[in-house]
Amino acid sequence: MAALGIAMGGGNWFSALALGVTLLKCLLIPTYHSTDFEVHRNWLAITHSLPVSQWYYEATSEWTLDYPPFFAWFEYALSHVAKYFDQEMLNVRNLNYSSSRTLLFQRFSVIFTDALFVYAVHECCKCIDGKKAGKELTEKPKFILSVLLLWNFGLLIVDHIHFQYNGFLFGLMLLSIARLFQKRHMEGAFLFAVLLHFKHIYLYVAPAYGVYLLRSYCFTANKPDGSIRWNSFSFVRVISLGLIVFLVSALSLGPFLALNQLPQVLSRLFPFKRGLCHAYWAPNFWALYNALDKVLSIIGLELKLLDPNKIPKASMTSGLVQQFQHTVLPSVTPLATLICTLIAILKRKTSF
Amino acid sequence: MEKWHLMTIVVLIGLTVRWTVSLNSYSGAGKPPMFGDYEAQRHWQEITFNLPIKQWYFNSSDNNLQYWGLDYPPLTAYHSLLCAYVAKFINPDWIALHTSRGYESQAHKLFMRTTVLIADLLIYIPAVVLYCCCLKEISTKKKVANALCILLYPGLILIDYGHFHLGFALWGVLGVSCDWDLLGSLAFCLAINYKQMELYHSLPFFCFLLGKCFKKGLKGKGFVLLIKLACTVVASFILCWLPFCTEREQTLQVLRRLFPVDRGLFEDKVANIWCSFSIFLKIKEILPHHFQIIISFCFTFLSLLPACVKLTLQPSSKGFRFTLVSCALSFFLFSFQVHEKSILLVSLPVCLVLSEIPFMSTWFLLVSTFSMLPLLLKDELLMPLVVTTIAFFIACATSFSIFEKTSEEELQLKSFSLSVRKYLPCFTFLSRIIQYLFLISVITMVLLTLITVTLDPPQKLPDLFSVLVCFVSCLHFLFFLVYFNIIIMWDSKSGRNQKKIN
Repeated sequence: MAALGIAMGGGNWFSALALGVTLLKCLLIPTYHSTDFEVHRNWLAITHSLPVSQWYYEATSEWTLDYPPFFAWFEYALSHVAKYFDQEMLNVRNLNYSSSRTLLFQRFSVIFTDALFVYAVHECCKCIDGKKAGKELTEKPKFILSVLLLWNFGLLIVDHIHFQYNGFLFGLMLLSIARLFQKRHMEGAFLFAVLLHFKHIYLYVAPAYGVYLLRSYCFTANKPDGSIRWNSFSFVRVISLGLIVFLVSALSLGPFLALNQLPQVLSRLFPFKRGLCHAYWAPNFWALYNALDKVLSIIGLELKLLDPNKIPKASMTSGLVQQFQHTVLPSVTPLATLICTLIAILKRKTSF
Repeated sequence: MEKWHLMTIVVLIGLTVRWTVSLNSYSGAGKPPMFGDYEAQRHWQEITFNLPIKQWYFNSSDNNLQYWGLDYPPLTAYHSLLCAYVAKFINPDWIALHTSRGYESQAHKLFMRTTVLIADLLIYIPAVVLYCCCLKEISTKKKVANALCILLYPGLILIDYGHFHLGFALWGVLGVSCDWDLLGSLAFCLAINYKQMELYHSLPFFCFLLGKCFKKGLKGKGFVLLIKLACTVVASFILCWLPFCTEREQTLQVLRRLFPVDRGLFEDKVANIWCSFSIFLKIKEILPHHFQIIISFCFTFLSLLPACVKLTLQPSSKGFRFTLVSCALSFFLFSFQVHEKSILLVSLPVCLVLSEIPFMSTWFLLVSTFSMLPLLLKDELLMPLVVTTIAFFIACATSFSIFEKTSEEELQLKSFSLSVRKYLPCFTFLSRIIQYLFLISVITMVLLTLITVTLDPPQKLPDLFSVLVCFVSCLHFLFFLVYFNIIIMWDSKSGRNQKKIN
């Protein structure tokens, strides 16, 4: 009994936080779920029932596979567990199938894969030096970081209510960051490369990774005042990093290259036909741009500067995903957005 | 209190758990023609809104008492009326006379759950927080942990049909323990007028207040206090029953609805003595009806008499709370027409003594949740049951380090075992025995839960699993009855004198 007491007590707050949030996630099982639930059910069906050559061509459902191949393989692995819960969910034709067992399986798969996130948070906490903090538990940086990450309500709502798999993806990213902090650069680079092939949206942070690895890993030594020692550049390290990225990409895209499906895969991954803004506007610069365009077009109509017949009604605010033209301001092409992003990143980097 | 932010977090956690559990199915969902308790609550709103007060408790063409007739005291009816006014404002279809029977929709479920949550938030949760803040001799962190454990108790979360009566009873306990006797007794009268099962707690209140009056001296302050209390009780009862006091027939009919003595000794499967005994001997069929009432009356009063007498002679706050437990438990085990949910009336006082005997209280609260297993499975609450039980157990185990507190002194059995050792010098294994019993008990409960969930009962004995659950729970409750009575009777003056000497 005393041994059980030690196991239970022990002041292991990290386990308590992890267990507590896992129990909360179990309670969130019967909550509302969005169309993303059907998206993932569809991908389970596609990867289970169809051969690899069909994965990026299948279009019975409107929710086509638009994540990189590693995620498809992940869904394939999950589908082998899914068949013990409810075989019907793996039928591609069963659109919007959501029996209680399907729901249970899907929710549990998210909760279970969050284990990687918990491990990654644990690793990140190890990298923090908390010696300067006070004795109070709630003042320790490790505790604060763990609470902010494990009990992150945005993640809880998106992953366990709306339904997505961001938990373990963020776990991969946090783990690669932790490895970089622990000076294990090769592992960090490897983990990030793998992450990119799970969800390519992490390309957003790829430039930061690239520059950091270049500066801290490829240049092996600093001058006494901390600035770059240009002649300490190590070609071996650059090549090994490149090799890691190349090998991971080969593993991921290789099969599709062999099947001559690379253009199709890329068109699924980067769907520029969807237009500048999503159905629900993200709070970014282009939303302001669209709003300004809308305001100007209304003013123009009032002042009779614009012809009402040439303007489509409710073009951008109808909540649909589509391409459209701006009415007053110049239309924005994908190339233009890329150039704007690069300029913004470079400005930050040069101001170091 | 310095740690207000911690207490706020605890309350928010309690609310979050309650709200997420309420997202599950409710009792009687989609099961015509009778549905369940949820439909009963909706029906009472319909009746109280559409019919005049005189007809609420009477059988008529508009008010069919067989279909969830009102069988709680007037305050429940007034509360239903209030909810009905809100319902009328949102959607009159919910309470339309006759046509709204069996009404089920997402919006209505949201409305009903919200009324329950607001009731909890206004009455029950503040009482718990205030109670934990008023606990003496423990650190602030322990007070917050105590509040967390009480708010995480699975029984009250899973059975969520508004615990106004428990909330008022808790205010009553708080008032009476802190020497605000009039307010405390007023709160408790309101509790009784909300649900008549609160009478389970009435004897300890009576004995404690009577004991206080005696202590203050019946010729002086004590007498004044007695008169004041009597007036408060009578006034609150008259106030609640005012519309029903005008005619004798009204009052009698209400009483008939509240105390249905025409029903049998027990209904369905409940973890009390009579149901367990009837496994071996079918009492219901052998003994005549009035005899059943008499023996249940006798057993109940015999079992709670010692504790109540002691409380009257030596009123103390600690004795009061323990007597609440043992009285309610006696009523639960031996009384007439006991429902499974009545165990909550015992669980509430046990929550109040959580800080004094954490190990046994946690054990009791786990058993009480387990005893409601058949009911919860019927309402499809298996997942919330498992999650909340694990959360509660972990919270108690870590907050109070219960596994390190199983010595005789911690279990408050020291004086008892000292007395026993005068006759049996080898009686030193008490805490060992209790630890082993706990282990066996937990294993049995887990096994029975697994069996009930996964297997089907044999054809000849369709109720086998629920009967087993009730029987096992009943044995546990008998053990706890003996234990709590031992604590009360052996809580001697010598223990208190020792503290004064030190």
